[in-house]
This record gives sequence, structure tokens and C-alpha cells, in this order.
Amino acid sequence: EDSSVSTERVGEILLPGDEFCCGPKDTLPLTDSGKSERLVAGPGLRRSGDRLLVSRSGVLRHKEPNKFWIESQQRRYVPAKGETVIGIVTVKSGDVFKVDIGGSEVASLSYLAFEGATKRNRPNIQVGDLLLAQLVVANKDMEPELVCIDGSGRANGMGVFGTGGLLIKVSLGLVRRLLAPRSDLRADLEQLFPCELAVGMNGRVWVRAGAVQQTLVLANLLQSCDAMTAPQRQQLFRRLQQGAF
Amino acid sequence: MAGESAKLSKNLLRMKFMQRGLDAETKKQLEEDEKRIISDEHWYLDLPELKAKENLIIEEKSLVPCEDLLYGRLSFKGFNPEVEKLMVLLNPKDEKEEEEEDVSCMQTDVTDEEMALRYESLVGTMKKKFAKKRERAAMDEDDVNQNVVVKSSKKTFLKPQD
Repeated sequence: EDSSVSTERVGEILLPGDEFCCGPKDTLPLTDSGKSERLVAGPGLRRSGDRLLVSRSGVLRHKEPNKFWIESQQRRYVPAKGETVIGIVTVKSGDVFKVDIGGSEVASLSYLAFEGATKRNRPNIQVGDLLLAQLVVANKDMEPELVCIDGSGRANGMGVFGTGGLLIKVSLGLVRRLLAPRSDLRADLEQLFPCELAVGMNGRVWVRAGAVQQTLVLANLLQSCDAMTAPQRQQLFRRLQQGAF
Repeated sequence: MAGESAKLSKNLLRMKFMQRGLDAETKKQLEEDEKRIISDEHWYLDLPELKAKENLIIEEKSLVPCEDLLYGRLSFKGFNPEVEKLMVLLNPKDEKEEEEEDVSCMQTDVTDEEMALRYESLVGTMKKKFAKKRERAAMDEDDVNQNVVVKSSKKTFLKPQD
């Protein structure tokens, strides 16, 4: 059947330039009204006319009803709308802050995009501060734009981090593993000691624990987890719990 | 008047300050003339119409909705209670937890009876607010007398008997 052509290839490795499907009319299942359903092309797939091309090498993933994307390992962050990222304030210039988010270009952040900020009441932000923010504009031709509030004006955990803590850089794959709905890695971390993490989709992770030593242990753990299998990791965690803490 | 205004030239009638005095019919005619002039001067390319095709492919640049990733702030073992509250609030719950929550919701719900009891007292206070001074005094008395209802009928003119 034509309708299963696209789902058949799920799990396969695709390379940039591969054709994913030619014309959604042939490949998408029809709805009751006779119209074919919309196809959602996630990261790694690019639309060109009626065709869908692969733009990143990786494994094809699928989610019901018709969402497809390419899963790949990378360290370079490409800003995407709606994602929360950890940024470093690099410039304070009048109405906007320039924030480095690890993308190809620095992002801008308005001083009004903070909880409780007004024209008279500016947020107290210095160059070098770390903050968690959400991308509202992320577009290959334009400067990305950040906000530290949601639609209803609440901070919801976004904004400048307090004192203490350590920022580390990990691969984007590890970030996804940390935030996956049923994550083994997160479950293992939960067993360790009281700590706090802020995870940006741009591969930056900010860690904080009760003592500086614990913060460092956590940071090292996360960085070494990147290239470790699950049994290896669990062994390391067990050794850690028996030893120092 | 109508005959007079017809004599005025079209260009004069089209001026802003003349528009007010015009009646509906001449206004309409002027507009039509203008439209005809515009459409006569309008050029167009003799091309087949571009049909807007329905877009069947939506592009989604972020992985977050694809993989159902959680919100980026985590706190373990009560290190930051505020963040743990946020985690519960912003992340979709597992089905198991959801069921538990449903039960607790049912328990804390206000029953119909409680609701009625609460509003019972409210009815009295609101009535008092809208009552006249004299009636209010009577009402207070009633309350003291354990709600013995004494209907004070309105004073009316009594017709003397013969």
C-alpha cells in the first residue's frame, strides 16, 4: 500500500539529500472527509515544493499520527522557536540585551520581557549573567529573539539564575536524554543527592547542589555520561553513592 | 435645488467640500464613473490564475514537541521546592499519577448540600441589603424572635363603614 511507504522507513538511517516521500498525496492516509491528513516534518526534514527531503543524517523517527523527524547526534545548536535555552548576557545596549545562546548569531532580549518589568522598573541584569529564556523568534534569516516570561507574563522558572552553580556544555543528545519523558539518566540522578539542574536545549546545563564539591561531582558526572552505556553509568553512580556520600 | 446641482461640473462635485450636500443618487453615479476610469486604466497580465494549493506539510523546527521533552528546570530531593512545584505544574503527568489526582479532587470537592447551606445564610444578608429601613428593623426583630414571621401588611386606606 502507498499509505505505509513513509512509515516503513522509520528506524532507517537517512542521509542529506535523500527523498523522504514524493508528494504527500501518495503517502498520507486519507481522513474520513476524503482529504489527506497533514504531515508534520520535524527537524532534519525539509520541504521543497511538494517533496520532503532529508537535510540531516540520522535515524528516521515517527510519532503518531504523522510526525516524522531525524534523530541525530550533534553539538551545534540551531535555534528553534519555542525552545528554552540557557544564555549568557554579553552586551547591555539600551532597550535590549544581547545574549549568547550558542547559535550562529547572538539573540536579543528586551528588558521588558521579564516578570514584573516595566519601563521604570528595569530588571537588574549584568553582563555575564546566566539566564534561562524561551525563543520567540528563531528563523534562519533573522536575529533570534528571547523572552523570560510566558504568554501570561509569568516567569515560570525563567530569568536570571541565582548565585552559585556551574554551567557546563554537553551534547544536544544528552540534553534530550535528560528531558525525555521516561529517562533512565534522570531517574539515576534523582537517587544521588539534593541538587538542581537547568537544562537548555542548546546543550548548556547549569547545575547547583548544596556544596561546591557536590556541584563539581554532578558536573563531571553529566559530562562523562555523554559517552557511556546505561550499565556503565549505573556502575559509576553506585560507586559514587557508596564512596563519597 | 436638484436641477441647480446637476448643472455643476463633475470635477467640482467630486471635491471634498461638495460631498456633503450631494444626494445619494448623484454620489453613486460619481462613484461608478470613478470606478470605470480606474478599471479602464488598470493593466493586467493575461496569465492563468495562481491557485493557492493547500499545504499538506507542516514544518516543525523544534524537537521538543516531537519527543515530548520536559521543561528545562529540574530539582531533586527537595533542593529547590519552587522548581519542584514548577515541575509538577508544567510537565505532563504520567497516567498513574493522574488517576490519583482525580480521586483527591473528588474528595476535596464541595458537595451540593454544603453549597446550599452556605448560600442559605447569604440569602438573608443580601435581602437585608436591599430592604428599606423599616423592613430591616422588622427583619432584625424576626431574627431575635427565632425567625417568627410576622407579616406586616402595607398600610392601606380603610374604607369607613356606613
